[in-house]
Amino acid sequence: MWNCDDEGDVIICIGSGKGGTGKTTISTSLALALSKHDIPVQLIDCDVEEPNANLFLKASIHTKQPVKVMVPKIDEELCTHCNKCAEFCRFNSLVIYPDKTLIFPEMCHSCYGCIRICPVDAIKPESREIGRIEVGDAGKIQFADGLLNIGEARATPIISELKSSISPTHTTILDAPPGTSCPFVETARKSDVCILVTEPTPFGLNDLKLAVEVTEILGVPRGVIINCCDVGDDRVERYCEDEGIELLMKIPHERSIAEAYSKGINLVEAMPQYMKLFLELNDKLRRMAGRQR
Amino acid sequence: MIILITAAENKLEAEVDPRFGRSKWFALYETDDDSAEFVSNEQNLNAPSGAGVQAGANAAKTGAKVVITGNCGPKAFRALDAAGIKVVIGASGTVREAAEKFKNGECKYATDANVEGHW
Repeated sequence: MWNCDDEGDVIICIGSGKGGTGKTTISTSLALALSKHDIPVQLIDCDVEEPNANLFLKASIHTKQPVKVMVPKIDEELCTHCNKCAEFCRFNSLVIYPDKTLIFPEMCHSCYGCIRICPVDAIKPESREIGRIEVGDAGKIQFADGLLNIGEARATPIISELKSSISPTHTTILDAPPGTSCPFVETARKSDVCILVTEPTPFGLNDLKLAVEVTEILGVPRGVIINCCDVGDDRVERYCEDEGIELLMKIPHERSIAEAYSKGINLVEAMPQYMKLFLELNDKLRRMAGRQR
Repeated sequence: MIILITAAENKLEAEVDPRFGRSKWFALYETDDDSAEFVSNEQNLNAPSGAGVQAGANAAKTGAKVVITGNCGPKAFRALDAAGIKVVIGASGTVREAAEKFKNGECKYATDANVEGHW
């Protein structure tokens, strides 16, 4: 298994902060533009709570694989109810009463701390399925996505499983989940470059700032794409200028784009003039990531 | 008997806090002599996750036999139920009023949680 620390081809993360700004439009457009020009490309939909990239790529899935995490199991015969495990667990996954023990597996972050701290070895690891990943092909595009089971709280184990399928010989596009919490961080970390897709509204700007902060902490170079650039105001553009953040592309608010989207037709398929723009975008991203083709 | 009433402030005239796990205070009301003691739940109020579970475990330690609150999620309910604590949900008004209602037998015990986690 290859991991992101090794030197491979460019890993491009596409995030936004605010939801619904066009991450998947950009991800799938870039993937289609590259594959059309015979550049080996892989798209991984890391939004495992609401994957949607395959609505556009229509990949045929050849492998489905469950994702399992470790959770503790307490042997009541051995447990002395000393409460050391519950005191240790910062996620409150265990409750120890004088006469019984309770485990809340959905709270567990699989750190193994309770198992190590138990003085009588009463806790053993148990495996629990929280979702699955799917791998396939959409034409020449290598594709993978994941799905978190309903009611589960932690998306990150599925995202890290997805990222273990990153191919070092392909340009990898990671379609990130919205927001700036753990699932986005897990997707963006160790990427070579990050596109933040936003819209020129106060909400878009607010969440863009949060996403920029995350990429700064992670040390991932980032640029911005403004979608529906002719609505709202110019505060996003002014913010990018002031902060020295490269504005990579502007996409106007056009009915024809939305109509195609509603039928599952991608931007570059609906409007082929965008092909060239996405190839230029790829060149910019490679430069930002410190790679020249 | 000690009953635990979730409270917005540490006084009997305070409103019942509608949340259990992230309630500000726990009023420990002794029904035998109408005395009350207040325990802070501040730690859980700001917990990133697991507030309901931890509040349930803490409630068990107080020796209360009944919890009276506005709403109770599934994990908190499971923690309280395992400790043999009965739960009354849908309480409102002041802590004192809630205690009086309970003493007058006007409360019904819940058989399950009434809200999802993180509601």
